[in-house]
Amino acid sequence: MQTNQIFLLFCGILLLLGLVAFFLGRAKAARVRGAGISMYAQPDQYAWFTVLATAGPALVVSGVGAFLMLLLGAQIPTTYLLVGSLAIAAGGLAIGVLQIRPDFHARQAIERVIRLLLAGAALISIFTTFGILFSIIFEAIRFFQKESLWEFITGTTWSPGASFLEAAGRAEEGGSGGQFGSIPLFAGTLMITCIAMLVAIPIGLMSSIYMSEFAPHSVRNIAKPMLEILAGIPTVVYGFFAAITVAPVIVDVAGMLGLDAAYNNAVAPGIVMGIMIIPFISSLSDDVINSVPDSMRQGALALGMTNGETIKYVVLPAALPGIISASLLAVSRALGETMIVVMAAGMRPNLTANPLEDMTTVTVSIVAALTGDQEFESSATLSAFALGLALFVVTLTLNIVSVVMIRRFREKYRINDL
Amino acid sequence: MSQSFDEITTQLKRRHRKSARLKWLSMASLGVALLFLIVFFADMLNKGLPAFQQAMVQVEVNYNEDAETMGRAALEPDIAPLVSRSFERLIPGMIRDNPDLLGTTETRWVLTNSDVDQYLKGHRNELSEDERAAIDERVENEQVEMKFNTTFFTHGDSKMAERAGIMAAAVGTIMTMLVTLAVAFPIGVMTAIYLEEFAPDNRFTQAIEININNLAAIPSILFGLLGLAVFINFFGVPRSSPMVGGLTLALMTLPVIIISTRAALRSVPDSIRQGAFAVGCSRWQVVRDHVLPLALPGIMTGSIIGLAQAMGETAPLIIVGMVAFIPDVSASFTQAATVLPAQVFTWAGEPERAFVEKTAGGILVLLAVLIFMNATAVLLRKKFERRW
Amino acid sequence: MNSQVAEREMTPMTSQRAGQPVTRNEQVNHDLSVRVRDLNLWYGENQALHDVNIDVFQKTVTALIGPSGCGKSTFLRCLNRMNDLIRDVRIDGLVEMDGRDVNEPKMDEVALRRRVGMVFQKPNPFPKSIFENVAYAPRMHDLVSRRADQDELVERSLRDAGLWEEVKDKLHQPGTSLSGGQQQRLCIARAIAVQPDVILMDEPTSALDPISTATIEDLMDKLKQQFTIVTVTHNMQQAARVADYTAFFHLGELIEYNDTKTMFSNPYTKKAEDYITGRYG
Repeated sequence: MQTNQIFLLFCGILLLLGLVAFFLGRAKAARVRGAGISMYAQPDQYAWFTVLATAGPALVVSGVGAFLMLLLGAQIPTTYLLVGSLAIAAGGLAIGVLQIRPDFHARQAIERVIRLLLAGAALISIFTTFGILFSIIFEAIRFFQKESLWEFITGTTWSPGASFLEAAGRAEEGGSGGQFGSIPLFAGTLMITCIAMLVAIPIGLMSSIYMSEFAPHSVRNIAKPMLEILAGIPTVVYGFFAAITVAPVIVDVAGMLGLDAAYNNAVAPGIVMGIMIIPFISSLSDDVINSVPDSMRQGALALGMTNGETIKYVVLPAALPGIISASLLAVSRALGETMIVVMAAGMRPNLTANPLEDMTTVTVSIVAALTGDQEFESSATLSAFALGLALFVVTLTLNIVSVVMIRRFREKYRINDL
Repeated sequence: MSQSFDEITTQLKRRHRKSARLKWLSMASLGVALLFLIVFFADMLNKGLPAFQQAMVQVEVNYNEDAETMGRAALEPDIAPLVSRSFERLIPGMIRDNPDLLGTTETRWVLTNSDVDQYLKGHRNELSEDERAAIDERVENEQVEMKFNTTFFTHGDSKMAERAGIMAAAVGTIMTMLVTLAVAFPIGVMTAIYLEEFAPDNRFTQAIEININNLAAIPSILFGLLGLAVFINFFGVPRSSPMVGGLTLALMTLPVIIISTRAALRSVPDSIRQGAFAVGCSRWQVVRDHVLPLALPGIMTGSIIGLAQAMGETAPLIIVGMVAFIPDVSASFTQAATVLPAQVFTWAGEPERAFVEKTAGGILVLLAVLIFMNATAVLLRKKFERRW
Repeated sequence: MNSQVAEREMTPMTSQRAGQPVTRNEQVNHDLSVRVRDLNLWYGENQALHDVNIDVFQKTVTALIGPSGCGKSTFLRCLNRMNDLIRDVRIDGLVEMDGRDVNEPKMDEVALRRRVGMVFQKPNPFPKSIFENVAYAPRMHDLVSRRADQDELVERSLRDAGLWEEVKDKLHQPGTSLSGGQQQRLCIARAIAVQPDVILMDEPTSALDPISTATIEDLMDKLKQQFTIVTVTHNMQQAARVADYTAFFHLGELIEYNDTKTMFSNPYTKKAEDYITGRYG
């Protein structure tokens, strides 16, 4: 409560000082101008400059103070901080008003500040990336201090459950702690991703071929937004659809074929994830196919090739780098997809080649590790960050490769464009 | 020297067949994709629409003395097991609040329990033969009816399916989205303005650009890990709160807003900028007075789409603990809350048959909101689309 | 229509039959290649060609000239039905080749394009190797079966296009690695490799430098011994240099079709004279 009140007080007084600064600044500038002296900037600009001079330093000081207190545990009495920063605000106000002279470039000063603010905003995206990277890396390091990296990479048994004994300080009694061999998780992820790609790439690519090369405009205008709807459906909804509707169908179909399928088999989430990714592939491929210059098509058609031959031998090879890069992006998205697998795939790490069995994935294990009642410090919980790190590295690599490929593709056609 | 048309045409037959095959195959692919969409929506409507109906029963409530301690005593013994326990629990409180009720009898419509509801909707249920007969009889006497399920829209989560609603989740979604918008919109637009209008073309700028594109492709669950490690463990933002969820989603939405804002800024032709520079505007004045107003519709469109994406996101919210059981509407940004997709996720995990219906009902509401938002974005774009 | 225009503008009227050039160069052979009668074309509501009549003769170069937007490219694209690719195009009239109306429903436009090749304004080699660029279409058309035949055909086509000496050591480099003029000659080699009867050229030199332009003009002169060439050009000197016959289009009408020498020295119509002497266009 105390902090809240101080915060409100600070804001209120600062606002008041800001208002005072605005009107003082404007009045002074107007007076100077009224005296017939020409000034570099408008009165309003001087006014805003005064406001900035008042609020800026005060905000910085209080922000730094709050940061030191909150994060580094520095013991600064809040009242001192409050009074100090308000004093700085008052000082800023005085300096700001003094600065209002005919030869002062108030506008440039304001714009420098604005520019700095904008650049600061741009930095936040960088901070986010590094935030993700470091937060994952730090926790992952703590994990690898407890568990072996080699076992994580090569082990075939994932059973974090046993490590709760260790967390409870009874590691000796329970014998060995949990086992953290991530291969079954990655195998499961890969299996489901493969199924998804088997659904998404052919259907997505062929749909985009139809829409960009064959379909009449009216069909295209309807079909494209309809496909986009598929992309806008939340993944949790797909997860429900996979678990409740698709999985029983898969079990029935497998039963008819005399096969035995688990209800949380890999096929149902795979297929549904594929459906989710169709619009992703189709719209990216559509862009790429459309950016193959029309002169290519005309050149081929003028040689007496059929539409199909033109597409197969000229358009698609030309678009191939773009299509591959779209597929890589799609793979990276499938690897990181969480809700569908959490709801429809299994929880049991299972190293098998049979997609009808239940198996779990990296993302499911991350969720499982972080939603349990485990101590945060336990290996079981920290394993989420080790898995997250692996996921981050893999998806980042895929994204970078895909970006490089699409850039090559675009450059190729810029050169050709004489 | 060369072949006649007829000769060539004969040779072409096979090649034309191949070409036609490609056409049909690609058309079939599109058809399959659209069929998925139709099946999906049909399935959701089929499962979810019944959630908007709820069985109600007309009962005699006898506010006797026993009911002061045990609500069930107020109901006739044959109907009591069929009435929602949530109503029985209310009776003692009603008597306490209004002692005049004691000794009176009232006829009113109350919720049945979910088994009756499921029975009337033709789904699996756990009613005995006698209970079914009792229900059938009352249906004929018009003492049991399906009514519009207002509970679904006015209540929070509950372990009793007939009592569970989306209100708390809806409020949680709104609050989370407010945080997301308040953080992501200004930062996103400012970043885009900096990159598009101010930034020099150097390595630093390129690094930011590459970084933004990468950020857009990072799996959403990793943003959850960030939220957990940075916002919760480091900054101490309360777990499960709209604050932490909103901040996490804001970082996720940021690239979407940046990318669409940049596209909108880029679509403003340079001639406008040059014209404004030519009359002596500074760079910031050009951006503020000339470029931004023209780019605004595009920025709005992109932000709405980004927000709709964030609204459907669940994975990072699970990590920051927003899948809590929230029976009451919370009105604070720092208290535990849940959001619509997380509510859907929670319900999907409930074993009772009645919750399948609730889940699908929640999904329908969520989809309706998302479709509404996206349609708004599309209309906005159509309305303000300008060809230069 | 053509003759009526002439009648209005010039007196005395010579007996010009529809589609025939006003004056004929008697030294070149006169076998008919493409006969066009009363050709009209609409883009949606806009009529782009009005009653065009023209006879194109075998193994000659026919140049189509006229101001921008006069319909000369549109007309060229009627000859191999490239206009089919544009939406809302309606064509009416006769384009006859080898005794067949190319617009009749039974006509396969792929077969037509097999016999009427085309070279475009901007060089558009496929993103494949130089060898593949040339060999690819003949292979599709089953013109070559054996590997050796294929090599021979590629060499012959590249020689005919005057490119062989420049590229014989780098046949497997991408076609896009060549210079603009070389790319255009590669496109010509690609077109002649399928052995068409007619080659359409749509301003083939407008994207090229003067030296490449001269090379291609020489090439056209050589190629007309094997092929019928119809070329659209903006450049009247080019038409005067390479063409046997010249057709002048204006606002979608064929104003005058004449022997090139006569057209540039003593045009029959006032409009053609004004255009050629540079009074508009």
